Amino acid sequence: MAQSNNSIKKILTVAFALCIVCSVIVSTAAVALRPKQQLNQELDRKTNILSVANLYEPGMDVESAFGEVTPRVVDMRSGEYTDEFDPETFDHFQAARDPAMGRTLSGDRDIAGLSRVENFATVYLVGDPEDPDQIILPIRGQGLWGLMRGFMSVEGDGNTIVGITYYEHSETPGLGAEVNNPRWQAQWEGKKIFSDEADLAPAIHLTKGGANDETEIDALSGATLTSNGVTNMLQFWLSPEGFGTYLARFRSGVDHEEVQEADVELEAEA
Amino acid sequence: MSAVTPKGVLTTPIFNNNPIALQVLGICSALAVTTSMSVSLVMALAVISVTAFSNLFVSLIRHHIPSSIRIIVQMTIIASLVIVVDQVLKAYAYEMSKQLSVFVGLIITNCIVMGRAEGFAMQNSPGLSFLDGIGNGLGYGFILMTVGFVRELLGSGSVFGFTILPTVQDGGWYVPNGLLLLPPSAFFIIGLIIWALRSTHPEQVEANEFKMKENTQPKEAV
Repeated sequence: MAQSNNSIKKILTVAFALCIVCSVIVSTAAVALRPKQQLNQELDRKTNILSVANLYEPGMDVESAFGEVTPRVVDMRSGEYTDEFDPETFDHFQAARDPAMGRTLSGDRDIAGLSRVENFATVYLVGDPEDPDQIILPIRGQGLWGLMRGFMSVEGDGNTIVGITYYEHSETPGLGAEVNNPRWQAQWEGKKIFSDEADLAPAIHLTKGGANDETEIDALSGATLTSNGVTNMLQFWLSPEGFGTYLARFRSGVDHEEVQEADVELEAEA
Repeated sequence: MSAVTPKGVLTTPIFNNNPIALQVLGICSALAVTTSMSVSLVMALAVISVTAFSNLFVSLIRHHIPSSIRIIVQMTIIASLVIVVDQVLKAYAYEMSKQLSVFVGLIITNCIVMGRAEGFAMQNSPGLSFLDGIGNGLGYGFILMTVGFVRELLGSGSVFGFTILPTVQDGGWYVPNGLLLLPPSAFFIIGLIIWALRSTHPEQVEANEFKMKENTQPKEAV
């Protein structure tokens, strides 16, 4: 028996049969469970969007609450909405890689550590899409250990912050991962992005030793590099490189056209 | 080790022949996933099911596995099972699978699974092998839960997510020990568990591989 088990024919038969059986099992599981998994991912994304807008309560019906949220794709260069892409299927990360839809950032502009950034982004408008109560912006940037992805919600004036949340990060548990501590997130509410209505460069930043004015957020203790990462990605995404031009549409103190032409210095927190 | 009886294979791996504490296998994932008890529990259940079913299937076809390719055959079975477990977690426990991230996939490289398939399932009947897989998974899970309990309680002040010691960050009095949230702390805890187990079960203490020599006078070479 041992002899026949080790014959070349037997080896090939066993290997082949095993591969067939295993691949059938694996692909059945993957295909059968995919709809359920996609539903989970979708639900997770929507939950994050609702929670950054302070609309989420545990146990609520996410789908129906999401009804008052309108996704729109924005061209970040002009700050205009575009109907070129379907907001439901538009993929940021794909767009950043596509030469026609993104651009490479040079060293001193790339304060968020992204290297490539897309020209279009999906924003989520809460309430009336023409005059939204809240605008939810996707943000991302390097933290200490890796890319942090999240959402920031801004009131209809394009300046007052409602909240911030990260749905994907790999920061140190207990230190940098406290970015998702509700107590820390609570202090963002009511803060201002710009210190003056006429400013083009965002002023919002994290600071050590307690926040003193409405553009300062108390940094995470023991997580300087994560805090710097958060500051840098806000500075990037809220400047005219990111959503600055788009936000100018909602602000009273700046002219929308002017922002498109402006060259705003970006300074990284190191 | 006790005789190969259904009860024996199920219970000896928990204290008497624990895969982590005595055989020192599967340490890597025990360091990574034990920051909270609920994550440890899901990981333990995943490993229990993978070990049990890989043992079962390997044992079922053990008379047909050519010895020259037996390791890769076992590997293929284990890998398929791990993918299935990962897919099920993503579909039915999405939050949990996000926290476990790559570690479910890394069950493939968990030495316990492979070790039991090669060391037990290749020689024993399917029923016994299945129980042996559950037993070893339980032994793994027992250590995971113990380590997870200590790390979550002292690192985050909670057990299964319920606050026991209100931490300073949340307005309480307990200053959490940040070291316990980092993987290396599990080394200390596992070390202490091994110490405790070998004190109560002295037969687990291994004999010295060589004897230290008494201090000798240096002699001149002849």
